[in-house]
Amino acid sequence: MDERSSEIALIHKAQALNLKKEQRRQSFWVALMWLFGLITVSILILVVGYVLLKGGTAINWEFLTTPPKGGLSGEGGISTTIGTTFYLVGLTLLIATPLGVGAAMFLIEYAGEQSLGSKFLRSMISVANFAVETLAGIPSIIFGLFGYALFVSTLKFGFSLLSAALAGACLVLPTIIRTTEEALLAVPNDYRRGSLALGATKWQTLYRVVLPASTPGIITGIILSVGRVISETAIFFVTLGGSYRMPTSIMDSGRTLALHLYYLAMDTRAFDKAMGTGAVLVVMIILINLLIDFVSRKLTAGVRRVR
Amino acid sequence: MKDTKLETINYSLYYGKFRALKDISIKIPKNKVTALIGPSGCGKSTFLRSFNRMNDLIPGVHTEGSVLIDGEDIFKVDPVALRQNVGMVFQKPNPFPKSIFENIAYGPRVTGLKDHHKLEEIVERSLRSAALWDEVKDNLGKSGLDLSGGQQQRMCIARALAVEPTVILMDEPAASLDPIATLKIEDLIHELSANYTIVIVTHNMQQAGRVADFTAFFLTDESRTGQLVEFNETKTIFTNPRDRRTEDYITGRFG
Repeated sequence: MDERSSEIALIHKAQALNLKKEQRRQSFWVALMWLFGLITVSILILVVGYVLLKGGTAINWEFLTTPPKGGLSGEGGISTTIGTTFYLVGLTLLIATPLGVGAAMFLIEYAGEQSLGSKFLRSMISVANFAVETLAGIPSIIFGLFGYALFVSTLKFGFSLLSAALAGACLVLPTIIRTTEEALLAVPNDYRRGSLALGATKWQTLYRVVLPASTPGIITGIILSVGRVISETAIFFVTLGGSYRMPTSIMDSGRTLALHLYYLAMDTRAFDKAMGTGAVLVVMIILINLLIDFVSRKLTAGVRRVR
Repeated sequence: MKDTKLETINYSLYYGKFRALKDISIKIPKNKVTALIGPSGCGKSTFLRSFNRMNDLIPGVHTEGSVLIDGEDIFKVDPVALRQNVGMVFQKPNPFPKSIFENIAYGPRVTGLKDHHKLEEIVERSLRSAALWDEVKDNLGKSGLDLSGGQQQRMCIARALAVEPTVILMDEPAASLDPIATLKIEDLIHELSANYTIVIVTHNMQQAGRVADFTAFFLTDESRTGQLVEFNETKTIFTNPRDRRTEDYITGRFG
């Protein structure tokens, strides 16, 4: 008995010693993670802060409301590029949203039952899923080249808002499909069963219950796409052209903010204007991220209530 | 037995190759409460879902034999029309993420009713029938998800009633509720049976004894295929079962 209790005392002592060691080890790793976190945040603040500080001085009402002078001077403001950015975002989403949401609804809600029947359809659907997966990882310039070849030259849309929006739609389509699919999958099957059991058709069930319940998720995908269109350069370089004038139709060329920034930085010596444009871009992206945050918080609030 | 509302004749159901139900023949009387009892996995919920063809939604299911409602083959009826006539209440309350009003009005709306005045009437009548009106009449705009579990389940019953079905299927409607909420649901079932044919799956023997006029006892055989062992008035099943296995189950010797 005595032997046993001294043995236990020894074990306890060893445990206490080990615990001290483990706690030191833990403190080390936690400190390291803090350091990494701080470095990441500092880099972010440095980049954003630098652009905002340097560019901030170039921003004034005149800069925002006058069109660029064009040429190599880099003179003038950015009014038309802001306008073009909004046009392009709007047109791109007008094309991509119905396509993406529709495709996602098919893949999640209907493909399962379609695939029961024919082997051909089943393989088509797995090809479609694989295609969406792959498209999401393709660099934007590839979409640009494709858009140039198809929309700009073959279909003769030229460098235009239309060509750019079609290419941009290809670019953001995977994003919209993926987020919509996830939003649809997050809708409890209880809703679907409940609706069908009340004598609703499948379409009524989708339209009246499933889609409303997945709207916040779908909106998140759309906002992500807005951010993508605003920040991409290469794809629009080869489809939108570079006219600094305000486009008056969808067949006109134009210049988005990001594209203008590229031109300013590469072709002119107007470094302050480039910085100013960059600052406007950064502010826009921050606003969009805040919007995503807000919407997805609403989404999770909804989910929490379901439980 | 009196008027038959629902009937199956040599009904079998397969999940792919697996036979889940075998040769079930039963006549479920009109405007009575019929309980389906039996151990877990004996196929009673699957059998219940046969009456509104919810099994159709499960890939790989096929059936043999026939299922009749008012003497008519349900597989010749459009499933959407059938489900408007045969309502269902699920084990877990499943309100839509909409207001109480919209939850109840959902069925009438999908069947084409648009007149708001008429909808208000239906919502009130359905909530009254489900004994929920007094609790929610001032909060019809509140989300159905904000109700308690028992209230949610009564709302789901009201939602089913709003479509004016003649049959209501209930799949363990009180399984996720506390005893008081359960009692309310049981009272409600009792009241509704005057006008509706109710089929209820329950794990709770006492519940079957309390609410059901008739009871069907299901059991699985060696190959896990569900079978109907005995069907009779609840009193007879509980006091004087014909089959030894029924007696064993009722008295708690297994299950």
